[in-house]
Amino acid sequence: MIKRFHLIAVLLVSTVLAGCERPPVDSVQRGYRGTAMVQVYNPRTMEDQADKNKAPAPLEAASPDGPKARDVYQNVKILGHQSVGQFARTMVAMTAWVSPEQGCAYCHNVQNYADDSLYTKVVARRMLQMTQKVNADWQSHVGNTGVTCYTCHRGQPVPNEVWFKPINTAKMSNFAGDKAGQNAPAPEVGMASLPSDIFTPFLLGQENIRVSGVEALPAGNRQSIKQTEWTYGLMMHMSKSLGVNCTQCHNTRNFADWSNSPPPRVIAWHGIRMARELNNDYLVPLTDTFPAYRHGPGGDVAKVNCATCHQGAHKPLYGAQMAKDYPELLTKQMESALPAAASASAALVSEADIKAVGALAGVPESKVMSVVLKR
Amino acid sequence: MAAEYQNIFTSVQVTAPSYPGISIGGDTREREGPAIHSHLLGRLGDAQLGPIYLGWLGICSLICGFIAIEIIGLNMWASVGWDPVQFARQLFWLSLEPPPPAYGLSLPPLNQGGWWLLAGFFLTAAILLWWLRMYRRATALGMGTHVAWAFAAAIWLYLVLGFIRPILMGSWGEAVPFGIFPHLDWTAAFSLRYGNLFYNPFHMLSIAFLYGSVLLFAMHGATILAVSRFGGEREIEQITDRGTASERAALFWRWTMGFNATMESIHRWAWWFAVLCPLTGGIGILLTGTVVDNWYLWAVKHGVAPMYPAVFQPVIDPALTLLGVKP
Repeated sequence: MIKRFHLIAVLLVSTVLAGCERPPVDSVQRGYRGTAMVQVYNPRTMEDQADKNKAPAPLEAASPDGPKARDVYQNVKILGHQSVGQFARTMVAMTAWVSPEQGCAYCHNVQNYADDSLYTKVVARRMLQMTQKVNADWQSHVGNTGVTCYTCHRGQPVPNEVWFKPINTAKMSNFAGDKAGQNAPAPEVGMASLPSDIFTPFLLGQENIRVSGVEALPAGNRQSIKQTEWTYGLMMHMSKSLGVNCTQCHNTRNFADWSNSPPPRVIAWHGIRMARELNNDYLVPLTDTFPAYRHGPGGDVAKVNCATCHQGAHKPLYGAQMAKDYPELLTKQMESALPAAASASAALVSEADIKAVGALAGVPESKVMSVVLKR
Repeated sequence: MAAEYQNIFTSVQVTAPSYPGISIGGDTREREGPAIHSHLLGRLGDAQLGPIYLGWLGICSLICGFIAIEIIGLNMWASVGWDPVQFARQLFWLSLEPPPPAYGLSLPPLNQGGWWLLAGFFLTAAILLWWLRMYRRATALGMGTHVAWAFAAAIWLYLVLGFIRPILMGSWGEAVPFGIFPHLDWTAAFSLRYGNLFYNPFHMLSIAFLYGSVLLFAMHGATILAVSRFGGEREIEQITDRGTASERAALFWRWTMGFNATMESIHRWAWWFAVLCPLTGGIGILLTGTVVDNWYLWAVKHGVAPMYPAVFQPVIDPALTLLGVKP
């Protein structure tokens, strides 16, 4: 009897604890002593993530001398100021970052590299501009570290972490069972029952995020508790995406107060605006460029949130200085008109070009050539 | 061999014929059914089960409670498309939400919080009817009504959360959802919205009485068990006729903390600590949003929240430095 009781007790306790992370964890003090301002890290989780957040080695720099890409190739709109060698290096790097399996043919019509008929090429060009925009105008968020295609793509044509607007499939009737956009174990908000589509209002729309009063006594702040749950959900997303606790950005004695906040909160504030701008100015306008099978269930384009770049690290790739090796990504280039003088023969990339590019990049020739050889 | 009083189960069970209870003046029709005896039940409480009494108050209360649980449960089930497996798997996440704040105190459509209002109405009716039943049964037995008033303290907190405060705030949307995790998330959001509830002095009092109740319960239970070998469990008689058990218990606490309660006063302590926990908590909730909007700033204003030396370079709200930017 007693033994059975103990067995049941042990089973119950282990069931309850099954969802917990096992100790020990490391904690790092983030504020004045005794105020519970600590970051908690699980060394085992960190170990798993370290591998996923390694930056690839930079390609060997190419010579800036020689003819410009815009004079040699047709339809080069963004990177025409580069030398042919630099241009080829950028193309190889992008292939390694975004479509290492698919190769050049993922974006290019290999009969005519200047052709814009593949949607991926049009998207890639816009993404180049987006990368330049982030590095040039959003230093408030990315600092001097900057971003490259790899920051989000990590060797995949579609980044691991993108978001679509959900369609409400669970709501079977208008009579009962409205979930109010919440109350399901949603991975976006760390499996809490908080509202799960926190991206549409905050990272696409400009809904108010601040809910706390700025005065002790009521002075017209009509933010509701339900609205607070949306803000709370967004914050859970940020916490999960960055692998940090609330204390990374907030002094938890008063979440709203800026004067008590750790400095990363300012960077995060700009990050929210950055994600919002990238979604509205770069991704949503590409909706019709993407084929339907790349759309979400509601027919919308894949969009970015904090996890798209961060992927569990408080700084993407743990702050690896990757972009500095690709200066063409750091400054904005206006989309130039097509040079009228470019000859038709210059538009085609020869096999010799491809070989040269492969050698330059240290990428096995077979991989670069695979596309060329297939035809 | 562990001593008997160290067992969490009652070790002594007296087997006796069923006892229907004292006469309350000839009217015994309210006692239904035969009494049965269960040894397992006797390990936790009294082995005798029944006769039972519900009366019309009890029956109405159970019906109202059943309706409330049905409304809540069926809405939860509908929210997963009537899938029984998902209902079981997601049960802790599912909820019946109060109306969106835009509806204020007006009657919303059923699926926009109308069900929540109905469930709240029937649940409140069930609780109030049950309270009345406790009160009437206590008086029928010639007892004091202490249990009913202790229950009323809990009902006060319940009504503040779901009825009084939402009305004062002018929105049913301020009320608590019916759901396991959702009501916990609501609690956290409530504290976030109103600038950290831990700086609310009535919340502090409520916590003190909550933990105080636990402490008193442990001290009292332990004291009585410890002197049960001297007959200490007959504590009510010992109010007037102390005997060696009371003397030893009293001496123990005078030795260890210099002061002791008596066999009577300890129960008053316990009752007041328990009752003050929801009473002060309810006051704290009631003041939140109605009288105070940010408890942290309130605490700074009144010298409750201490200032700590700065650890980081102070940061400035970027919305203030960038003109024309929405915060």
